[in-house]
Order: sequence, then C-alpha cells, then structure tokens
Amino acid sequence: MHVKSVVMPNKYSDSMSLMALSTKVNNLPQVASAMIGMGTDLNKQVIEEVGLATPETEAATPRDQIIVVQCETEADCDAAIEQVEVLRSQGVAAPAESSYRTSRQAYEQESNTSLAIISVPGQYAADEARTALTAGRNVLIFSDNVSVADELDLKRQAHDAGLLVMGPDCGTAIINGVGLCFANAVSRGPIGVAAASGTGSQELSVRIDALGSGVSQLVGVGGRDLSEAIGGIMMLDAMRMLDEDPQTSVVVLLSKPPAAVVAERVLAAAGELSKPVVVCFIGADEPVGAPANITFAATSRDAARAAVALATGTAKATVLPSYDLDTTAIRAGWQDGQSDLRGLFCGGTVCDEVFHVVRAQFPDRTRSNVAKEPAFQLEPGTEPAGHVLIDLGADEYTQGRPHPMIDPTIRNAEIVKAAHDSATAVILLDVELGFGSHPDPAGAVVPAISQARKIAADAGRPLEIVAYVLGTDRDVQNKSAQVAKLTDLGVRVVDDVIELATLSLELTR
Amino acid sequence: MTSTLFTTELGVVNVGLASFQHDIELQGAHAVQVTWTPPRDYSPEVRAALATLQQPAIAERIRVANEEVVKRIIDAHPMLVGFGQAIDVVPGMTKNTILHAGPPIEWKDMCGAMRGAVTGAIVFEGLAENIAEAEEVAATGGVVFSPCHEHDCVGSMAGVTSASMYMHIVKNAVHGNVAYTNLSEQLAKILRMGANDQSVIDRLVWMRDVFGPMLQQSMERAGEIDLRSMLAQALHMGDEDHNRNIAGTLLLFQALAPHMLSTDFTLEQKREVFEFIASSDYFSGPTWMAVSKCALDAAQGVPDSTVVTTMSRNGTDFGVRVANFEGFRWFTGPAQQVMGPMMAGYKPEDSGLDIGDSAITETYGIGGFAMAAAPAIVPLVGGTVEEAMDYSKDMLAITTTVNPNLTIPVLNFRGIATGIDVVKVLETGELPIINTAIAHKEAGIGMIGAGLVNPPFEVFEKAVVALAESIAN
Repeated sequence: MHVKSVVMPNKYSDSMSLMALSTKVNNLPQVASAMIGMGTDLNKQVIEEVGLATPETEAATPRDQIIVVQCETEADCDAAIEQVEVLRSQGVAAPAESSYRTSRQAYEQESNTSLAIISVPGQYAADEARTALTAGRNVLIFSDNVSVADELDLKRQAHDAGLLVMGPDCGTAIINGVGLCFANAVSRGPIGVAAASGTGSQELSVRIDALGSGVSQLVGVGGRDLSEAIGGIMMLDAMRMLDEDPQTSVVVLLSKPPAAVVAERVLAAAGELSKPVVVCFIGADEPVGAPANITFAATSRDAARAAVALATGTAKATVLPSYDLDTTAIRAGWQDGQSDLRGLFCGGTVCDEVFHVVRAQFPDRTRSNVAKEPAFQLEPGTEPAGHVLIDLGADEYTQGRPHPMIDPTIRNAEIVKAAHDSATAVILLDVELGFGSHPDPAGAVVPAISQARKIAADAGRPLEIVAYVLGTDRDVQNKSAQVAKLTDLGVRVVDDVIELATLSLELTR
Repeated sequence: MTSTLFTTELGVVNVGLASFQHDIELQGAHAVQVTWTPPRDYSPEVRAALATLQQPAIAERIRVANEEVVKRIIDAHPMLVGFGQAIDVVPGMTKNTILHAGPPIEWKDMCGAMRGAVTGAIVFEGLAENIAEAEEVAATGGVVFSPCHEHDCVGSMAGVTSASMYMHIVKNAVHGNVAYTNLSEQLAKILRMGANDQSVIDRLVWMRDVFGPMLQQSMERAGEIDLRSMLAQALHMGDEDHNRNIAGTLLLFQALAPHMLSTDFTLEQKREVFEFIASSDYFSGPTWMAVSKCALDAAQGVPDSTVVTTMSRNGTDFGVRVANFEGFRWFTGPAQQVMGPMMAGYKPEDSGLDIGDSAITETYGIGGFAMAAAPAIVPLVGGTVEEAMDYSKDMLAITTTVNPNLTIPVLNFRGIATGIDVVKVLETGELPIINTAIAHKEAGIGMIGAGLVNPPFEVFEKAVVALAESIAN
C-alpha cells in the first residue's frame, strides 16, 4: 500500500464540501482510503488514526487543505489525487459574481443588508458574530460548537443593541417571507413563531401551511436559549418583536422543555403580550395557573392547530388519520419475536416527538439517543433492543461526516442493518424537504429501502416501512413527487410526525 | 432599542456555506457571499493591537486619515523632469556613500548579490583597485551605507547607487516632491543583480560617460514627460510595469528619441544607445519605480493612517513603512524565497532571497497588483492567467480604494488596488502579492529567474502593534 499526500497552503473550503468530496474520492475504485480536510488538529488526529499521516500532513495548519490517499501503487495515488480536482469541480455552484474576502468589507459596502448568516467552524463563529453585531447586523449563527459564555455575551450585546442573535446551532428561520438555511417554502400568514428547535419549527411551519394558514416570521433562537445559563434572552426578545409586528396576530413559542426558572420567565413574559400565544414545550406537561392569553400544546401538530384556530377564529381542525389500512391483517403477519420499531431519523425534533409518543405507551422498552433520562438512553456499544429511535443528526453520528439531511450514506447503512435484525417489524423514516436539504432525499433512500425489503423477504419476514415527508409542494424537491417515490415502493407515507409514531405503533401492537 | 429586522427589506451577508446565499437569491432576496477563510493565529499582543484599532472611534479616525493618504497617492502626478548624476541631485549623497535597496543593513549582514553589487560599485567609483580590496573597504567603514529610500530614491534589486551614477529625476507636479532612481543596466549579468566582473564595470563606465549624459541632454530639450499618463497607457497595452515593461519602454523611448537625436553625441554613440535600449524591455522598469515612489512619498506622515507607503527588501530583510509615521520607521522581517521559473541551468536552491526596492510598484498598485492587465507575464513569473486575474481582484481585500487614473481594461477599467491597509492585512490574513526577479545567492553571478513572493507576515504584525500604540495615545 502506498500513501501520498498533498498540502495546499492557504486553500480553505468548508468542512461540509470537503466531507462530501472525501466520500466521492473514497468511492474511486483504486482508492483504499482517502481523506480531504483542512489541517485542523481534529483532522490531523483522524488522519493519524487511520494511518495516513505524512510529514506534510503533520505540518499543515488550519489554513491549509490536506489531500491524502492510500492506494495499491504510487501511480494509483497520483491518479486519485488528479481525480480530486475533477470531482471537486463537479456539482459546485458557480461562485457568486461579487463575493467579499472578509465580512467587514461586506458590512461596509453592502449597507442594504440587515442580517448575517454565519456558518463558519464553531471556534471562529463567535468572533464573526461579534463583528456582525458591531456592524449593526442581526445574526443567525448556523455553526455549532460555540461556548455558552460566548453565546451569553453575544446575546447580551445583541439585546442591548436591539438586534437578534439566532442560534448558535440555528438551522431554520423565515424572515420577511424568505426562508433561511433549512427552511421550507410555506405561505405567508398571521402566525409568528419563535422556536428553539430546528426541525420542530420546520414541522410547525409546514403544518400551519397545510392547515391553510401561513407564517409571518419564524425566528430560531438556538437549542440552548432556554437553558438556565442563557435564560431565554432571545426567546423573550423575539416574542416581543412578534408582538409588535403588525403582520403577526398569533405568537407560537416552540421548544423542548426549558429549565424551570426559564419556563416561568418565558410564560410570564408571554402573559404580558397583547396577542394570543401558543406555547409548545415538546413533551412537557401543561403548567397550572398560566396567563389567560396562553394556549398549551403538547406537540407541534397541536401547536399548529391551535395557532391556526386562533388566527382564523375557527374551531381547531379535527385530526383524521391520513391512512386507511387493514392494520389487523398486517399485525397478524409478524413472525415470532418480530415486534420492534426502528426509527432512523434525520431530524432531531422529529425523533423527539416520536420518542415521546412511543415512550408513553412502552416506557419499558423504548430507547433513544434523544432521551434525557438515563433509563431511556441507548447503551453505547450494545446492540439495541426494543423500540429504538435514533437521531442520526446527533453529534455522535455527524463527527467528521455530513448531516444525514444532506448525505444519505449513514442512514442507508442503518436501514440495511435494521432489516437484518429479526426483531425489526417497522422502520420509521423522516424525509426533510426544503432549502439546504438533499435535492432528492426520497430518491436517495430508495436503494436502501429496496435492499431492506429484499433482506426481509429472503429471510421470510414481512417488513413495514413508515415514512413522513416534511415539506410542501412549493419546496424545490416537491412534496408530491417525493411521496410518490416512496409509495411506489410500498412505503406507508403519513401526514405528520405524530402519525409516524401512531401508525407504527398500531402496526405492531 | 427597537428592532427594524421585520420592517426593512431583508438583505443577507452570508459568511460560510455558499448554498445558503444561493437559496436566498432563488427567493428573490438580496444576499452577498463572504468567501471566508480561517484567520491567522495571532499573539495576544497583536490581537489586542488589532482590537484597539477596530474600536469604532479609532477606526473612524483611521478611515479619515487613510482617505487623505489615498487621495494624495491618487492625485500625485509624477513627471520625468531630467537625468543627473547622483552626487549632483540626490539629497545627502557623498563621494563615498553607497545607497542600497531595502531597510538599513550592515555589510556583515548583506547577502551575496548585495555584496557583489556593493564591491562592484566601490571599484567603479575608484575607491578600490579590485573586488578583494573593495570587500576590505566595505568591511572597514571605508564607505557609508544608507537605504535608497532614505534619500528619496529607489533602487532595483540590490539597488546599489553610487555618486557618479546617473539618476532619473521624477517630480510630483501636484505635491512638489521629487524621487530618483538609477538607470537600467538591461541584461542579466549586471551590478544590481550582484555581478561585478570587468564587463559589468565597463558598462557602468559607458552609462556614466555616454548613456546618462545623452539622457540628461535629451531631457534638457524635452523639458518634461508625463509619466503618469504614459504608465496608464502602458497598463492598457499589456504591461503591469514591474516585470513586464515592454509597452512602457516603447512609449518612453518614443518620447525620448527625437530629443536624443538632437543631442550633440556622435551618430555611433546614438546608435549604441538605441541598441542598448532595444536590448531589454526593462529600460523603463526603474522609471515606474520612481513614479511609484514619487506618488507614495507624498503620503508619508499623515497621522492615524494605517496605509503602507513602502515595501522594500535588501535580500536579508523585508521592510515596510506606514503613512502614520513621519520619517523612516521600518518594520522588518526575514526576506522570503521567490518561487518561479528559473533560467536554464539554475535550480531554486541557487536563488537568493527576495531583494530590491521594486516592491514600491506593488505598494503603488501596479506590478503584482495589476497582473490582470498583463496576462502575458505568466510565462515569466509562473502561475496561470486565471491566477494573474485573481491577484488583481484579491488585492482589493487589503487595500483602501482603487485609483481611477490607472485602470485595467479587462476588469472593466477598474482602477488599480490602492493603499495597502495594515489593518485589512491583519483582518484578512491576505498578504500583498509581489512579482519580482531572482538573483543568484552568490556574489558575481546575476539574475537567474523570476517569480512571485509575499512579504513575511510579521512585518504587518509589528506595524499593527506600533500603530495601536501610536494612534490610540
């Protein structure tokens, strides 16, 4: 085996595109292993661990790009390295006509900008956010790995200046009708959302749209905003901004259950608003003695129903199942011991909402990496048993890899693995559409579904696959077309996240 | 404070993943992309200095000062007004003064090419019989060394300038200051490249006795020649006027020729001079250096300005000066290796380090900064045409403005990037690009290649620390 490395000084690319490029290079027939990344300590460590370190890679700095390949012969290595540049240029959007080398230049020259989106590696994100705030811009920090201290500092600075800091780790926002990062194309309307959960807010916006209403603004505040340390600074600011916004008639607050003191503060502030407020702390019980203008909802679906009812002055939409199945017949077909759900999710909040429904029915045999209590957590290193719900977008699955909403590789592998497990009865999948997502996420999962079906059939087992497509027909991927790709393979496609859980349970009970 | 986010039209600055910008544009909203790269790792001292200069009140003072500086650089109108011997025209010149390129340096620290040029000049001036004796003179204080820059001069490569050499006299018609520079020796095996054998000395003698005086007489007849307009035209003709000077040389010769014919030299001498000028495109190379120096000197000593007024190398150290500091405060770091194509028979390990005052052209905005104007330079200095184009665009990130008097047709007649800002260099981590010749590392050999080089980053780190101290107090 031969190892060859090239270090390109001062050539930066973001980790998302370099990981995607690494995957392509690893798929070249002559390549045994390959890695392309910036010369960060983390990447150098990974390179070292897989035995690809060279003196050149060791000497690389975070400003230098490392390409290292391992092949049978030196000639293969050279050919592979040559291929890297070919693969790099494929599918890359032409760079913007006018781009700036520094954000400061952009803030100086582009006075008609009100918001900065920051998606640089975490350790640099706080400095960039500070620069943006100083330049008087609102900030959306897509990056994660920003310290709590920095987050608090930034949010205080923003609060004092009348600016928003959305994030860190904020993946979704809709401002003045423009979807940012991972947002869906939904109608504009009277419902303003402040959310501390990414796919949760996507789901909420899509549900509101499906109920015939629309979104005025969707402000993401970042998953940690309602922690005790941050104290909900941005959630509080965002709800007040929505209260003042003439386009908004109903405010929805969406989050995982916050710290108790913060929940209290948020509810008190919500009670002061002049508009009706729907509060959804996913999975949390309804508190007693809440202010009169607040309606509680346990799920994103109920939050959407409540908000649309308030906004339109109509009764809450009834929930009708979107499927008409002979579940009794399906239940009768399972083999002995074939009883488990396997949820393989790209969306964290989707996994969370399904987990709460399944756990409520099966507190003894439900496990998930999104669970807070140790009793429900997955045990690392052991094969899962019972109903297992995995958020494949969680840190432990995305370290050094693209998010499954962008790259289907990891979930497809997990689908095949689940099909081999004789206990698996139903595989639950979510397919997120919208900006930022894979251009054809349903198509990307099709090969794994076909393979899973074959594995089960060869073993003489039935297998049910239930999927939820989060999106609208106006999303670039087109929801109807995506749904059709799945139903063509016999996948049961449901209408919302809660149904994903309820149908799956009905099929196995 | 009340937020205006919902009440103003959304415009986005996207710092990072380009697809986000693309998606926003798809929705018909305005979004600009920042091509972000990781910042350099600065020492706490440098970080603190940068933060000081970024404080809004100080940044505003800097902005105002830099505006004044670039106005002077842009307004400056260098004219060729004559030629004369250094002893007669250069301020502070004496019979035993040897001017050299770059920041101050002592004999013991000089590189091979510089030593070769110094000893050659000592012999040429009759201060020693031969090179060995000249080394003795140089080592024992028999001559006074001083940087060209500190005498209103610039010198190509070693920049060695002695009393009897003929100089361009370039006057700034707007601000009145004057800049000087030596004459081109043409060719490769020449004093400024470190060569010093008899052929080199003989040529210097002929330049002193025939070439220089003929140019002097010509200018006495011509009066003045508008060099800024000529430079503007040369850029439109495919020069960048640091390493590609063919258009500039033809234009300058065209302006001088009738006057040279009118001088009282013999036809044979005129023919020799014409042939000498035709022997290398570099004839006007020093001229554009003097133009650059003349414009930049007009901007020295503007308090609070962070604009670089000099980049210069002596083959050992790279030095920069900044407009804020009156006089000659140098920020120095080690000269770097120039990377580029070598002449037949030489290898990169033969090359001396970056040398010469010629980086004054990049400081002004031509040379490496204007490579988009001169795609034909690529075979000489290496790289690709695309890279040459990119250099001219990238330099906007570290400069203050563009100079409308000197434009690049292929960039829609955009002006050259003007006013390198120390703060922007630190903020972007981007270094000025310089294209330049490569001299052999040993004395006595000469030019062996050409290529591209950057300043060492530390000169800007040192400058930013000094600027913070000076401007904040």
